[in-house]
Amino acid sequence: MSAPVVEARGLGKVFGTGEAETEALRGIDLEIAEGDFVSLIGPSGCGKSTLLRLIGDLVSPTTGTLVVNGKEPRQSRLDRDYGIVFQSATLLDWRSVQKNVELPLEIMDFPDAERPTRAREMLDLVQLTGFGDHHPWQLSGGMQQRVAIARALAFRPALLLMDEPFGALDEMTREAMQQEVLRVWGETGTSVVFVTHSIPEAVFLSTRVVVMSPRPGRISDEIVVDLPPKRDLDTREDPRYFELVIEVREALRRGESGSSGS
Amino acid sequence: MGGANRRVARAGISILAVIVVFVLLWEGYKLIWTAMGWENPVRPDNRTMPHTWDIFLALFQPAQRNGPPFILVELRAALMTLREAFVGFLIGGAVGFGLGVLFVRSTISERAFMPYVVASQTVPIIAIAPMVVVWGGRANLPQWLSVSLIAAYLTFFPVAINTLRGLRSPHPTSMELMRSYASTPSEVLWKLQVPAAMPYIFTALKVSAAASVIGAIVGELPAGLRGGLGRDLLQFSQQFTAAPEKLFAAVLIAGLAGIAFVGLITALEHRWIGANRRLAA
Repeated sequence: MSAPVVEARGLGKVFGTGEAETEALRGIDLEIAEGDFVSLIGPSGCGKSTLLRLIGDLVSPTTGTLVVNGKEPRQSRLDRDYGIVFQSATLLDWRSVQKNVELPLEIMDFPDAERPTRAREMLDLVQLTGFGDHHPWQLSGGMQQRVAIARALAFRPALLLMDEPFGALDEMTREAMQQEVLRVWGETGTSVVFVTHSIPEAVFLSTRVVVMSPRPGRISDEIVVDLPPKRDLDTREDPRYFELVIEVREALRRGESGSSGS
Repeated sequence: MGGANRRVARAGISILAVIVVFVLLWEGYKLIWTAMGWENPVRPDNRTMPHTWDIFLALFQPAQRNGPPFILVELRAALMTLREAFVGFLIGGAVGFGLGVLFVRSTISERAFMPYVVASQTVPIIAIAPMVVVWGGRANLPQWLSVSLIAAYLTFFPVAINTLRGLRSPHPTSMELMRSYASTPSEVLWKLQVPAAMPYIFTALKVSAAASVIGAIVGELPAGLRGGLGRDLLQFSQQFTAAPEKLFAAVLIAGLAGIAFVGLITALEHRWIGANRRLAA
């Protein structure tokens, strides 16, 4: 078994100082193995997005240690070890879809000849073949988010970070996108950290669900999703799926009452 | 391409409509005020308000006895003033853009210099112009360049402010995205911030184009520069009682010069938007 992709020990994050001080995370211990699909779930204010940003070195921890791909998070970011997808697609309006996917490749100095081919491959992967010449505003929300995923995977990172990527999509699109992400995950073998506040989404997608509770944000439970690896419409009707949904829901409730009592 | 032609045609029609309405208002005012014997706020007589057609005809009369027609002389003057304005516009635009980039890169420099940038615009151009002319003369700059520097003084401010706003316009997550790629500050600048700032910068350039023409006209006066619009406007206002239509005609040409410059920038803006939104609509 290879070294974990993410390893956090006693990780904590405090924003602000003095009166305005808020403790976003406390005592986070987390290990994510290579090829894992881990969801971080919890109510708003539980620090799940902050934890994702710590892994991506978009914010720095206040306490504890964090190792990403066997390195300091900063080194891991500088080595372009991860791709990230946000809730909003954050595509650049003045670039075509193709050029948006090529953006990281330009910055990472991929050879001129390789960039278009690779971007096209990625658009094929997210089933947007032929949309390269479109501009972002011509696409639906779901399609824009697919471009964002193609862009995040274009440089073949070992780790994919997703921050509520389908939070702004309608239920139908959302389910289609979940299927899409699972397919892409299966084809690329990338490890995924997926922030969500949807219980069914977390259960459907993940190999493991990390349940978090607020004030201060911490991990209150971890649930291994022992559903078969191949997931489809039938999975959503599998009794085990419902049991796991209930399990996560109860874990969330325990977390909530635990924090209000403290 | 058909779209571009339609746009030009539409612009032409609306300009024509504005002229017709203006002429009607002007002549209507004269007619009614004369008939009623009113004298306020402006006397309707031909000395104070020459007929629009007299102003128009003045354009084609010789500027001096047996000389070329007025319109040719003044268009040549307008060209000279526009050249000074354009050089000033380029200098001011470059300085403004540079300040915007400097300020977005360093909050300390913004805090240190921004108050002076703002304060610079509270000093009237009329007060600045003679100083620039004197200093330019001491430094052996050609006079037209001193005038351009005065135009640049009016140009840099809107460009600096709007560039800064535009460079700050990308959403924080876009900045995080660039950070996740471990991109250098100059990659963030050229691939994200500058393209995002372009609409802001074009707005500033249009304001600055008009301002640079004003700066050049005003700058020509203390510089004592002959052959430009500034000198002519001053001269015609002194001769107003003898030949009022000349001043109006010169003002008309000065206005056209400004409109032409702003129009040029607008055309560039449309090209830029067109190039980036080819597939829109």
